[in-house]
Amino acid sequence: MIKHINVPLNKEEYSKLEAGDYVYLTGIIYSARDAAHKRMQQCLDNNEELPFDIKDQIIYYMGPSPAREGKVIGSAGPTTAGRMDKYTPKLLDLGLGAMIGKGKRSADVMNAIVRNGSVYFAAVGGAGALLSKAIVGSEVVAYDDLGTEAVRKLEVKDFPVIVVADSKGNCLYK
Amino acid sequence: MREINVACVRDAVSEMCIRINHVLSEDMQCALKNAVACEKSELGKQILSQLEENLVVAEEEMIPICQDTGMAVIFMEIGQDVHFTDGNLEDAINEGVRKGYVEGFLRKSVVDDPLIRNNTKDNTPAVIHYSVVPGNKVKITISPKGFGSENMSRVFMLKPADGIEGVKNAILTAVKDAGPNACPPMVIGVGIGGTFEKCALMAKHVLTREAGKHSDIEYVKELETEMLKKINELGIGPAGLGGNVTALAVNIETYPTHIAGLPVAINICCHVNRHISREI
Ligand code: SF4
Repeated sequence: MIKHINVPLNKEEYSKLEAGDYVYLTGIIYSARDAAHKRMQQCLDNNEELPFDIKDQIIYYMGPSPAREGKVIGSAGPTTAGRMDKYTPKLLDLGLGAMIGKGKRSADVMNAIVRNGSVYFAAVGGAGALLSKAIVGSEVVAYDDLGTEAVRKLEVKDFPVIVVADSKGNCLYK
Repeated sequence: MREINVACVRDAVSEMCIRINHVLSEDMQCALKNAVACEKSELGKQILSQLEENLVVAEEEMIPICQDTGMAVIFMEIGQDVHFTDGNLEDAINEGVRKGYVEGFLRKSVVDDPLIRNNTKDNTPAVIHYSVVPGNKVKITISPKGFGSENMSRVFMLKPADGIEGVKNAILTAVKDAGPNACPPMVIGVGIGGTFEKCALMAKHVLTREAGKHSDIEYVKELETEMLKKINELGIGPAGLGGNVTALAVNIETYPTHIAGLPVAINICCHVNRHISREI
Protein backbone atom coordinates (compact mmCIF):
# COMPACT_ATOMS: atom_id res chain seq x y z
CA MET A 1 0.00 0.00 0.00
CA ILE A 2 1.23 3.49 -0.79
CA LYS A 3 1.07 5.88 2.15
CA HIS A 4 2.10 9.48 2.72
CA ILE A 5 2.93 10.22 6.33
CA ASN A 6 4.21 13.09 8.38
CA VAL A 7 7.04 12.21 10.73
CA PRO A 8 7.80 11.78 13.50
CA LEU A 9 4.75 9.70 14.38
CA ASN A 10 3.92 8.21 17.74
CA LYS A 11 4.36 4.53 18.53
CA GLU A 12 0.73 3.71 18.03
CA GLU A 13 0.90 5.00 14.47
CA TYR A 14 4.24 3.37 13.66
CA SER A 15 2.78 0.04 14.68
CA LYS A 16 -0.01 0.40 12.14
CA LEU A 17 2.50 0.28 9.26
CA GLU A 18 2.86 -3.10 7.60
CA ALA A 19 5.75 -4.86 5.90
CA GLY A 20 5.49 -4.11 2.18
CA ASP A 21 3.96 -0.65 2.59
CA TYR A 22 5.57 1.89 0.28
CA VAL A 23 5.77 5.05 2.33
CA TYR A 24 6.65 8.67 1.54
CA LEU A 25 7.96 10.45 4.63
CA THR A 26 7.61 14.18 5.15
CA GLY A 27 8.99 15.94 8.21
CA ILE A 28 12.05 15.49 10.41
CA ILE A 29 14.44 12.53 10.61
CA TYR A 30 17.96 12.23 12.09
CA SER A 31 21.01 10.70 10.47
CA ALA A 32 23.41 8.62 12.55
CA ARG A 33 25.71 5.76 11.66
CA ASP A 34 28.51 3.70 13.20
CA ALA A 35 30.62 6.30 15.00
CA ALA A 36 27.61 8.33 16.21
CA HIS A 37 25.99 5.19 17.59
CA LYS A 38 29.17 4.32 19.42
CA ARG A 39 29.21 7.74 21.04
CA MET A 40 25.52 7.60 21.92
CA GLN A 41 26.14 4.26 23.62
CA GLN A 42 28.99 5.85 25.58
CA CYS A 43 26.57 8.61 26.67
CA LEU A 44 24.16 6.02 27.96
CA ASP A 45 26.94 4.07 29.71
CA ASN A 46 27.98 7.27 31.50
CA ASN A 47 24.39 8.24 32.36
CA GLU A 48 24.67 11.32 30.18
CA GLU A 49 21.96 12.74 27.97
CA LEU A 50 21.81 11.77 24.32
CA PRO A 51 22.59 14.61 21.88
CA PHE A 52 18.95 14.71 20.78
CA ASP A 53 15.68 13.45 22.21
CA ILE A 54 15.14 10.14 20.45
CA LYS A 55 11.56 9.67 21.60
CA ASP A 56 9.43 8.69 18.59
CA GLN A 57 12.12 9.94 16.21
CA ILE A 58 13.43 8.16 13.14
CA ILE A 59 17.13 7.46 12.75
CA TYR A 60 18.40 7.22 9.18
CA TYR A 61 21.60 5.19 8.87
CA MET A 62 23.37 7.47 6.46
CA GLY A 63 26.57 9.44 6.02
CA PRO A 64 26.25 11.88 3.12
CA SER A 65 28.85 13.07 0.66
CA PRO A 66 29.61 16.81 1.04
CA ALA A 67 27.10 19.29 -0.37
CA ARG A 68 28.11 21.30 -3.40
CA GLU A 69 27.50 25.03 -3.24
CA GLY A 70 23.82 25.86 -3.29
CA LYS A 71 22.80 22.32 -2.35
CA VAL A 72 21.39 21.16 0.98
CA ILE A 73 23.31 17.89 1.04
CA GLY A 74 25.35 15.60 -1.20
CA SER A 75 24.51 12.04 -2.13
CA ALA A 76 22.48 10.57 0.74
CA GLY A 77 21.47 6.91 0.48
CA PRO A 78 21.21 4.32 3.26
CA THR A 79 24.08 2.35 4.74
CA THR A 80 23.94 -1.24 6.00
CA ALA A 81 21.79 -1.32 9.12
CA GLY A 82 23.24 -4.52 10.57
CA ARG A 83 26.32 -2.70 11.83
CA MET A 84 24.12 -0.76 14.23
CA ASP A 85 22.41 -3.90 15.60
CA LYS A 86 24.54 -3.92 18.70
CA TYR A 87 23.21 -0.52 19.76
CA THR A 88 19.64 -0.58 18.45
CA PRO A 89 17.60 -2.63 20.98
CA LYS A 90 18.60 -0.28 23.78
CA LEU A 91 17.64 2.80 21.74
CA LEU A 92 14.28 1.28 20.83
CA ASP A 93 13.62 0.43 24.49
CA LEU A 94 14.40 4.06 25.31
CA GLY A 95 11.75 5.29 22.89
CA LEU A 96 13.33 5.51 19.43
CA GLY A 97 10.45 5.39 16.94
CA ALA A 98 11.83 3.84 13.78
CA MET A 99 14.90 3.34 11.61
CA ILE A 100 15.77 3.67 7.93
CA GLY A 101 18.61 1.64 6.44
CA LYS A 102 19.26 -1.29 4.19
CA GLY A 103 19.88 -4.96 4.85
CA LYS A 104 19.07 -7.57 7.45
CA ARG A 105 18.75 -6.98 11.20
CA SER A 106 19.63 -9.32 14.05
CA ALA A 107 17.04 -11.35 15.96
CA ASP A 108 17.58 -9.03 18.95
CA VAL A 109 16.64 -6.00 16.85
CA MET A 110 13.63 -7.77 15.33
CA ASN A 111 12.40 -8.65 18.83
CA ALA A 112 12.94 -5.09 20.01
CA ILE A 113 10.90 -3.80 17.04
CA VAL A 114 7.98 -6.03 18.02
CA ARG A 115 8.34 -5.30 21.73
CA ASN A 116 8.25 -1.57 21.13
CA GLY A 117 5.72 -1.35 18.30
CA SER A 118 8.41 0.10 16.09
CA VAL A 119 9.21 -0.29 12.41
CA TYR A 120 12.27 -0.70 10.17
CA PHE A 121 12.21 0.97 6.78
CA ALA A 122 14.54 0.38 3.86
CA ALA A 123 15.54 3.04 1.40
CA VAL A 124 17.01 1.89 -1.91
CA GLY A 125 20.76 1.36 -1.52
CA GLY A 126 22.88 3.02 -4.14
CA ALA A 127 20.31 5.64 -5.09
CA GLY A 128 21.94 8.41 -3.06
CA ALA A 129 21.75 11.10 -5.73
CA LEU A 130 18.03 10.57 -6.25
CA LEU A 131 17.28 10.30 -2.52
CA SER A 132 19.14 13.54 -1.83
CA LYS A 133 16.45 15.36 -3.81
CA ALA A 134 13.91 14.47 -1.12
CA ILE A 135 16.04 16.11 1.59
CA VAL A 136 15.21 19.80 1.80
CA GLY A 137 17.04 20.78 4.97
CA SER A 138 20.12 19.53 6.83
CA GLU A 139 21.77 20.73 10.00
CA VAL A 140 24.50 19.07 12.06
CA VAL A 141 23.20 18.74 15.61
CA ALA A 142 25.95 16.66 17.21
CA TYR A 143 29.44 15.24 16.78
CA ASP A 144 30.48 17.70 14.09
CA ASP A 145 34.04 16.38 14.38
CA LEU A 146 32.89 13.07 12.91
CA GLY A 147 32.47 14.65 9.47
CA THR A 148 30.15 12.51 7.39
CA GLU A 149 29.32 10.50 10.51
CA ALA A 150 27.98 13.51 12.45
CA VAL A 151 24.34 13.49 13.59
CA ARG A 152 22.21 15.56 11.23
CA LYS A 153 18.69 16.78 11.64
CA LEU A 154 17.16 16.36 8.20
CA GLU A 155 14.02 17.85 6.80
CA VAL A 156 12.54 15.50 4.23
CA LYS A 157 9.76 15.85 1.73
CA ASP A 158 8.19 12.72 0.27
CA PHE A 159 11.24 10.65 1.11
CA PRO A 160 10.57 7.16 -0.35
CA VAL A 161 10.99 4.12 1.90
CA ILE A 162 9.58 0.60 2.13
CA VAL A 163 8.49 -1.03 5.38
CA VAL A 164 10.74 -4.08 5.68
CA ALA A 165 10.04 -5.15 9.27
CA ASP A 166 6.85 -4.27 11.09
CA SER A 167 5.63 -4.44 14.69
CA LYS A 168 3.91 -7.76 14.11
CA GLY A 169 7.20 -9.44 13.35
CA ASN A 170 6.76 -9.61 9.57
CA CYS A 171 9.89 -9.13 7.48
CA LEU A 172 10.19 -8.73 3.72
CA TYR A 173 13.73 -10.10 3.50
CA LYS A 174 13.91 -13.86 3.20
CA MET B 1 63.22 4.76 -21.73
CA ARG B 2 60.23 7.09 -21.59
CA GLU B 3 60.03 9.72 -18.90
CA ILE B 4 56.69 10.48 -17.26
CA ASN B 5 56.26 13.27 -14.77
CA VAL B 6 54.39 11.98 -11.72
CA ALA B 7 52.19 15.09 -11.88
CA CYS B 8 50.54 13.52 -14.97
CA VAL B 9 49.64 10.51 -12.87
CA ARG B 10 48.35 12.71 -10.05
CA ASP B 11 46.09 14.71 -12.36
CA ALA B 12 44.76 11.64 -14.13
CA VAL B 13 43.94 9.96 -10.81
CA SER B 14 42.15 13.02 -9.51
CA GLU B 15 40.01 13.44 -12.62
CA MET B 16 39.19 9.74 -12.81
CA CYS B 17 38.09 9.61 -9.15
CA ILE B 18 35.65 12.44 -9.75
CA ARG B 19 34.36 11.16 -13.06
CA ILE B 20 33.69 7.56 -12.02
CA ASN B 21 31.81 8.56 -8.89
CA HIS B 22 29.36 10.54 -10.99
CA VAL B 23 29.12 8.62 -14.26
CA LEU B 24 29.13 4.84 -14.49
CA SER B 25 30.94 3.24 -17.42
CA GLU B 26 28.77 2.36 -20.40
CA ASP B 27 28.85 -1.39 -19.80
CA MET B 28 27.33 -0.93 -16.35
CA GLN B 29 24.68 1.48 -17.61
CA CYS B 30 23.79 -1.05 -20.29
CA ALA B 31 23.62 -3.90 -17.77
CA LEU B 32 21.21 -1.90 -15.64
CA LYS B 33 19.04 -1.08 -18.63
CA ASN B 34 18.83 -4.77 -19.54
CA ALA B 35 17.96 -5.57 -15.94
CA VAL B 36 14.89 -3.33 -16.02
CA ALA B 37 13.65 -5.23 -19.07
CA CYS B 38 14.32 -8.65 -17.48
CA GLU B 39 12.90 -8.07 -14.01
CA LYS B 40 9.49 -9.65 -13.49
CA SER B 41 8.62 -8.35 -10.03
CA GLU B 42 6.73 -5.05 -10.08
CA LEU B 43 8.53 -3.67 -7.04
CA GLY B 44 11.83 -4.93 -8.45
CA LYS B 45 11.19 -3.14 -11.73
CA GLN B 46 10.31 0.03 -9.87
CA ILE B 47 13.54 -0.12 -7.86
CA LEU B 48 15.63 -0.71 -10.98
CA SER B 49 13.98 2.26 -12.67
CA GLN B 50 14.90 4.36 -9.63
CA LEU B 51 18.48 3.22 -10.03
CA GLU B 52 18.42 4.31 -13.67
CA GLU B 53 16.93 7.65 -12.71
CA ASN B 54 19.58 7.95 -10.02
CA LEU B 55 22.29 7.69 -12.68
CA VAL B 56 20.71 10.49 -14.67
CA VAL B 57 20.43 12.78 -11.63
CA ALA B 58 24.00 11.98 -10.61
CA GLU B 59 25.45 12.92 -13.97
CA GLU B 60 23.30 15.96 -14.64
CA GLU B 61 23.60 17.52 -11.20
CA MET B 62 27.04 16.21 -10.30
CA ILE B 63 25.85 14.44 -7.16
CA PRO B 64 27.77 11.19 -6.52
CA ILE B 65 25.85 8.10 -7.68
CA CYS B 66 26.19 6.71 -4.17
CA GLN B 67 27.17 8.54 -1.00
CA ASP B 68 29.72 5.81 -0.33
CA THR B 69 32.28 7.00 -2.83
CA GLY B 70 34.44 4.16 -1.66
CA MET B 71 38.01 3.48 -0.78
CA ALA B 72 40.03 4.11 -3.94
CA VAL B 73 41.42 0.83 -5.28
CA ILE B 74 43.98 1.53 -7.98
CA PHE B 75 45.64 -0.87 -10.38
CA MET B 76 48.83 0.48 -11.93
CA GLU B 77 50.18 -1.38 -14.94
CA ILE B 78 53.56 0.14 -15.55
CA GLY B 79 55.54 -0.45 -18.71
CA GLN B 80 59.08 -1.57 -17.86
CA ASP B 81 60.53 1.14 -20.11
CA VAL B 82 58.98 3.95 -18.10
CA HIS B 83 60.92 6.19 -15.77
CA PHE B 84 58.93 8.42 -13.40
CA THR B 85 60.34 11.87 -12.72
CA ASP B 86 59.77 14.78 -10.35
CA GLY B 87 58.69 12.86 -7.31
CA ASN B 88 57.58 9.67 -5.72
CA LEU B 89 54.94 7.74 -7.68
CA GLU B 90 52.99 6.52 -4.68
CA ASP B 91 52.81 10.02 -3.19
CA ALA B 92 51.54 11.33 -6.53
CA ILE B 93 48.81 8.70 -6.69
CA ASN B 94 47.65 9.53 -3.17
CA GLU B 95 47.85 13.24 -3.95
CA GLY B 96 45.54 12.58 -6.90
CA VAL B 97 43.08 10.77 -4.65
CA ARG B 98 43.22 13.61 -2.12
CA LYS B 99 42.63 16.21 -4.81
CA GLY B 100 39.81 14.26 -6.43
CA TYR B 101 37.96 13.53 -3.21
CA VAL B 102 38.36 17.00 -1.74
CA GLU B 103 37.75 19.08 -4.87
CA GLY B 104 35.11 16.70 -6.22
CA PHE B 105 32.91 16.81 -3.10
CA LEU B 106 33.31 13.07 -2.64
CA ARG B 107 32.84 11.43 0.74
CA LYS B 108 35.90 10.83 2.88
CA SER B 109 35.45 7.29 4.13
CA VAL B 110 38.95 6.24 5.16
CA VAL B 111 40.20 5.92 8.74
CA ASP B 112 43.90 6.06 9.58
CA ASP B 113 44.01 2.88 11.61
CA PRO B 114 41.60 -0.07 11.62
CA LEU B 115 41.18 0.03 15.40
CA ILE B 116 41.92 3.62 16.41
CA ARG B 117 39.72 4.87 13.53
CA ASN B 118 40.34 8.56 12.96
CA ASN B 119 39.06 9.77 9.59
CA THR B 120 41.97 10.94 7.41
CA LYS B 121 39.59 13.56 5.95
CA ASP B 122 40.87 13.25 2.39
CA ASN B 123 40.12 9.58 1.61
CA THR B 124 43.80 8.66 1.49
CA PRO B 125 45.57 6.36 1.41
CA ALA B 126 44.40 4.45 -1.65
CA VAL B 127 44.89 0.70 -1.96
CA ILE B 128 47.37 0.41 -4.82
CA HIS B 129 48.32 -2.70 -6.79
CA TYR B 130 51.33 -2.42 -9.10
CA SER B 131 52.31 -4.66 -11.92
CA VAL B 132 55.14 -4.31 -14.38
CA VAL B 133 54.30 -5.03 -18.00
CA PRO B 134 56.20 -4.78 -21.30
CA GLY B 135 56.28 -1.44 -23.11
CA ASN B 136 56.54 2.25 -22.25
CA LYS B 137 52.98 3.08 -21.27
CA VAL B 138 51.21 3.34 -17.94
CA LYS B 139 47.66 2.11 -17.52
CA ILE B 140 45.75 3.35 -14.52
CA THR B 141 42.53 1.62 -13.48
CA ILE B 142 40.51 3.00 -10.59
CA SER B 143 37.62 1.27 -8.89
CA PRO B 144 36.35 3.05 -5.80
CA LYS B 145 34.93 0.29 -3.62
CA GLY B 146 31.93 0.72 -1.34
CA PHE B 147 31.94 -1.31 1.83
CA GLY B 148 28.31 -2.42 2.03
CA SER B 149 29.23 -5.00 -0.56
CA GLU B 150 32.93 -5.31 0.34
CA ASN B 151 31.97 -6.49 3.82
CA MET B 152 30.06 -9.42 2.32
CA SER B 153 33.06 -10.74 0.37
CA ARG B 154 34.62 -14.10 1.21
CA VAL B 155 37.66 -16.30 0.76
CA PHE B 156 37.25 -20.09 0.87
CA MET B 157 40.29 -22.37 1.00
CA LEU B 158 38.66 -25.40 -0.61
CA LYS B 159 40.19 -28.82 -1.07
CA PRO B 160 41.04 -30.07 -4.57
CA ALA B 161 38.43 -32.81 -4.03
CA ASP B 162 35.71 -30.16 -3.66
CA GLY B 163 36.15 -29.44 -7.36
CA ILE B 164 33.86 -27.29 -9.43
CA GLU B 165 30.81 -28.13 -7.31
CA GLY B 166 32.65 -26.76 -4.29
CA VAL B 167 33.37 -23.56 -6.20
CA LYS B 168 29.73 -23.16 -7.22
CA ASN B 169 28.63 -23.70 -3.63
CA ALA B 170 31.10 -21.15 -2.35
CA ILE B 171 29.81 -18.53 -4.79
CA LEU B 172 26.16 -19.19 -3.98
CA THR B 173 26.85 -19.15 -0.24
CA ALA B 174 28.57 -15.78 -0.45
CA VAL B 175 25.80 -14.26 -2.56
CA LYS B 176 23.03 -15.66 -0.34
CA ASP B 177 24.71 -14.32 2.78
CA ALA B 178 25.23 -10.94 1.13
CA GLY B 179 21.53 -10.66 0.29
CA PRO B 180 20.09 -7.18 0.72
CA ASN B 181 23.22 -5.84 2.47
CA ALA B 182 25.23 -5.62 -0.73
CA CYS B 183 22.77 -3.41 -2.63
CA PRO B 184 21.65 -5.91 -5.24
CA PRO B 185 21.65 -6.23 -8.20
CA MET B 186 25.28 -7.12 -7.62
CA VAL B 187 28.32 -7.79 -9.75
CA ILE B 188 30.25 -10.82 -8.55
CA GLY B 189 34.01 -11.02 -8.95
CA VAL B 190 35.48 -14.49 -8.45
CA GLY B 191 39.14 -15.51 -8.26
CA ILE B 192 39.90 -19.23 -8.43
CA GLY B 193 43.38 -20.66 -7.83
CA GLY B 194 46.69 -19.08 -6.92
CA THR B 195 47.26 -18.57 -3.21
CA PHE B 196 45.24 -17.00 -0.40
CA GLU B 197 46.02 -13.43 -1.47
CA LYS B 198 46.23 -14.10 -5.21
CA CYS B 199 42.64 -15.33 -5.46
CA ALA B 200 41.38 -12.29 -3.54
CA LEU B 201 43.31 -9.95 -5.82
CA MET B 202 41.92 -11.68 -8.91
CA ALA B 203 38.39 -11.42 -7.54
CA LYS B 204 38.88 -7.69 -7.06
CA HIS B 205 40.56 -7.11 -10.40
CA VAL B 206 38.01 -9.04 -12.42
CA LEU B 207 35.28 -6.67 -11.19
CA THR B 208 36.86 -4.09 -13.48
CA ARG B 209 36.16 -6.26 -16.52
CA GLU B 210 33.42 -4.93 -18.78
CA ALA B 211 30.04 -6.25 -17.67
CA GLY B 212 28.77 -8.64 -20.34
CA LYS B 213 32.24 -9.71 -21.42
CA HIS B 214 33.28 -13.27 -20.65
CA SER B 215 36.46 -15.14 -19.87
CA ASP B 216 38.41 -16.47 -22.87
CA ILE B 217 38.60 -19.91 -21.27
CA GLU B 218 35.65 -21.96 -22.45
CA TYR B 219 34.78 -23.73 -19.20
CA VAL B 220 35.16 -20.51 -17.21
CA LYS B 221 32.83 -18.73 -19.60
CA GLU B 222 30.27 -21.50 -19.10
CA LEU B 223 30.69 -21.28 -15.36
CA GLU B 224 30.08 -17.52 -15.48
CA THR B 225 26.88 -18.01 -17.43
CA GLU B 226 25.67 -20.85 -15.22
CA MET B 227 26.39 -18.97 -12.00
CA LEU B 228 24.63 -15.83 -13.18
CA LYS B 229 21.56 -17.93 -13.88
CA LYS B 230 21.76 -19.75 -10.54
CA ILE B 231 22.26 -16.51 -8.61
CA ASN B 232 19.27 -14.94 -10.28
CA GLU B 233 17.21 -17.99 -9.34
CA LEU B 234 17.90 -17.25 -5.66
CA GLY B 235 15.12 -14.66 -5.80
CA ILE B 236 16.95 -12.00 -3.75
CA GLY B 237 16.10 -9.37 -6.36
CA PRO B 238 16.69 -5.62 -6.57
CA ALA B 239 17.38 -4.12 -3.11
CA GLY B 240 16.85 -7.62 -1.71
CA LEU B 241 13.10 -7.22 -1.91
CA GLY B 242 12.51 -10.15 -4.24
CA GLY B 243 12.83 -10.60 -7.97
CA ASN B 244 14.76 -12.41 -10.65
CA VAL B 245 17.56 -9.89 -11.11
CA THR B 246 19.99 -10.44 -8.24
CA ALA B 247 23.22 -10.08 -10.20
CA LEU B 248 24.16 -8.18 -13.34
CA ALA B 249 27.31 -10.15 -14.08
CA VAL B 250 29.56 -12.88 -12.74
CA ASN B 251 33.20 -12.35 -13.71
CA ILE B 252 35.70 -15.11 -13.01
CA GLU B 253 39.49 -15.15 -13.25
CA THR B 254 41.67 -18.22 -12.71
CA TYR B 255 45.36 -18.89 -12.02
CA PRO B 256 47.53 -21.96 -11.51
CA THR B 257 47.57 -23.22 -7.95
CA HIS B 258 49.27 -25.71 -5.62
CA ILE B 259 48.69 -29.48 -5.76
CA ALA B 260 47.11 -29.30 -2.30
CA GLY B 261 44.75 -26.38 -2.76
CA LEU B 262 41.73 -24.80 -4.39
CA PRO B 263 41.45 -21.22 -3.14
CA VAL B 264 38.30 -19.32 -4.13
CA ALA B 265 37.62 -15.66 -3.42
CA ILE B 266 34.32 -13.93 -4.01
CA ASN B 267 34.44 -10.16 -4.11
CA ILE B 268 30.91 -8.84 -4.02
CA CYS B 269 30.18 -5.52 -5.65
CA CYS B 270 26.92 -3.61 -5.79
CA HIS B 271 25.23 -2.23 -8.88
CA VAL B 272 27.43 0.85 -8.46
CA ASN B 273 30.37 -1.11 -9.84
CA ARG B 274 32.66 1.78 -10.67
CA HIS B 275 35.66 1.18 -12.87
CA ILE B 276 37.57 3.49 -15.15
CA SER B 277 40.88 3.09 -17.00
CA ARG B 278 43.23 5.47 -18.69
CA GLU B 279 46.51 5.01 -20.50
CA ILE B 280 49.30 7.54 -20.29
S1 SF4 C 1 27.15 -1.25 -1.43
FE1 SF4 C 1 27.46 0.05 -3.25
S2 SF4 C 1 25.48 0.97 -3.71
FE2 SF4 C 1 25.39 0.13 -1.65
S3 SF4 C 1 25.88 1.85 -0.32
FE3 SF4 C 1 27.79 0.75 -0.70
S4 SF4 C 1 28.72 1.71 -2.51
FE4 SF4 C 1 26.59 2.37 -2.39
